[in-house]
Amino acid sequence: MNLTYSEIRNNLEHGRSTCRTIVENYLSTIESQKKLNAFITVFDREKLLKRADAIDARFKSGKAGRLAGMIVAVKDAIVVKDERSTSGSKILENYISPYNATVIERLENDDAIIIGKTNLDEFAMGSSNENSAYGPALNPIDPTRVPGGSSGGSAVAVAAGLATTALGSETGGSVRLPASFCGVVGLKPTYGRVSRYGLSAFASSFDQIGPIGNNVADTALIASVISGLDAHDTTTANIPVADYFSEIKKNVKGLKIGIPKEYFGQGIQKEVEEAVQQTIKRLVSAGAEPVEISLPHTEYGIATYYILVTAEASSNLARYDGVRYTHRSADSKTINDVFVKSRSEGFGPEVKRRIMLGTYVLSAGYYDAYYKKAQKVRTLIKKDFVDAFSKVDCIVAPTSPTVAFKLGEKTDDPLSMYLSDVYTVNINIAGNPSLSVPCGKNSNNLPIGIQIIAKDFEEAMCFRVAQTIENF
Amino acid sequence: MSVTINDVKKIASLAYLEFTPEETERYCGQLNQILQYVEKLNQLDTSNVDITYHPITYPDVFREDEVEPSLPVDQALRNTPDKDWQYIVVPKVVG
Repeated sequence: MNLTYSEIRNNLEHGRSTCRTIVENYLSTIESQKKLNAFITVFDREKLLKRADAIDARFKSGKAGRLAGMIVAVKDAIVVKDERSTSGSKILENYISPYNATVIERLENDDAIIIGKTNLDEFAMGSSNENSAYGPALNPIDPTRVPGGSSGGSAVAVAAGLATTALGSETGGSVRLPASFCGVVGLKPTYGRVSRYGLSAFASSFDQIGPIGNNVADTALIASVISGLDAHDTTTANIPVADYFSEIKKNVKGLKIGIPKEYFGQGIQKEVEEAVQQTIKRLVSAGAEPVEISLPHTEYGIATYYILVTAEASSNLARYDGVRYTHRSADSKTINDVFVKSRSEGFGPEVKRRIMLGTYVLSAGYYDAYYKKAQKVRTLIKKDFVDAFSKVDCIVAPTSPTVAFKLGEKTDDPLSMYLSDVYTVNINIAGNPSLSVPCGKNSNNLPIGIQIIAKDFEEAMCFRVAQTIENF
Repeated sequence: MSVTINDVKKIASLAYLEFTPEETERYCGQLNQILQYVEKLNQLDTSNVDITYHPITYPDVFREDEVEPSLPVDQALRNTPDKDWQYIVVPKVVG
């Protein structure tokens, strides 16, 4: 049973529930849904109950924070002090974090309880969660299908009622794609809106932590708590955070909604297109004004993305050296063995593939042809969005051309897996915020997601339009 | 441009990775497939286009240079696979 946070809060306020019973209930659901493989680590029961009791006491004295009673599942790429953080990799199998990510500090300051760490593609590299060293998480709607990746476990945890909300992270669609495949709400905030301190680095000019919820209101609430300037991440913006939770009450009358023709082209499933078009019609009936737009460089997104992120990843993942805090090969006779054998044993195939591609595009002789070229195309893609937003207030498009695909369907063909992100990566290249919200189901009961893309730092617009869609 | 088996070996050594001959062959094929796909960027004339390093740019970010507590050594070395007191142990590096 998926209670919304406002129901949970209401139950607490009327003495119908306590944080202790909420934690106990989630723990027993996690136990009964173990086959979904949503969690890599579930935190110690006694520790969780002790924290729940402390929050119950604060609640009684009227001093509880904004998220008291909210149970949050956190992607295993975000560190929680004194807990294991694997990033889905064998190379960090035994890594215990000595510190908290900024987002964790903020959630805990507002009395949320982190219940455990969720499954993901290794180092967030993947679109299906099948690249996890701990086995794939399964889609709760149809366990023969993928939940989407890379934040698959977080979306599964929310969809299956294993947590009230969750945190994921995006580099190229890793929150929105699993949200779409699992029928939940997921936000990719503007680059710089949420601190990356304590998030394992994949591609630093793309990475953003984003919230996942069962409904727009819960997602808005947790987004407003984790957002904002942080001294530990100099790329966070010194721009005030709007009260997203109140913004969702605004309607869409008079809003100009851009519909990009490039997002309804080749490869989109008919039922996905129909559900999205139907939702647009309803937005128009609710008073929004549709505007046909073009984002002409859309088709270059995947190529640009996979050059830039693999380049950044090959550099970021150089830190996993077998020396300081990772797995070290038992077979290390020389210092070179420490590096080469530890990395070769610790990383999985997709991570190695991306390190190889990234090393190649940055290597002497190829830098200009690939890396510099892609950085220039990044400028063109960003300009597409800037131009579009001079005409419209937001852009709506399908989150993915397809519903959740079958496990194993794309694992032998890396390029076809990369193309799953065709509707999401351009937004990460440009930096804008985008939120995926369910907008229907196909004939097999599989969820379909629609995304709302807004101007930089206008997450409030995403939430407002998404709430209107949720109300349909 | 296409990648050869020797290129794959060279890139692997730059990246501190080692592969079996079968893996080398597989990565060679996959890298070529991906590189062939990204060639499509050459359809675009970017001679007068500036580079984007970061999607959002800010004015320079300055702060006071104040000393703050940092992780104690025992915490910083908590996950170190081989250590001796405050040091990380590795195989001998110099001859």
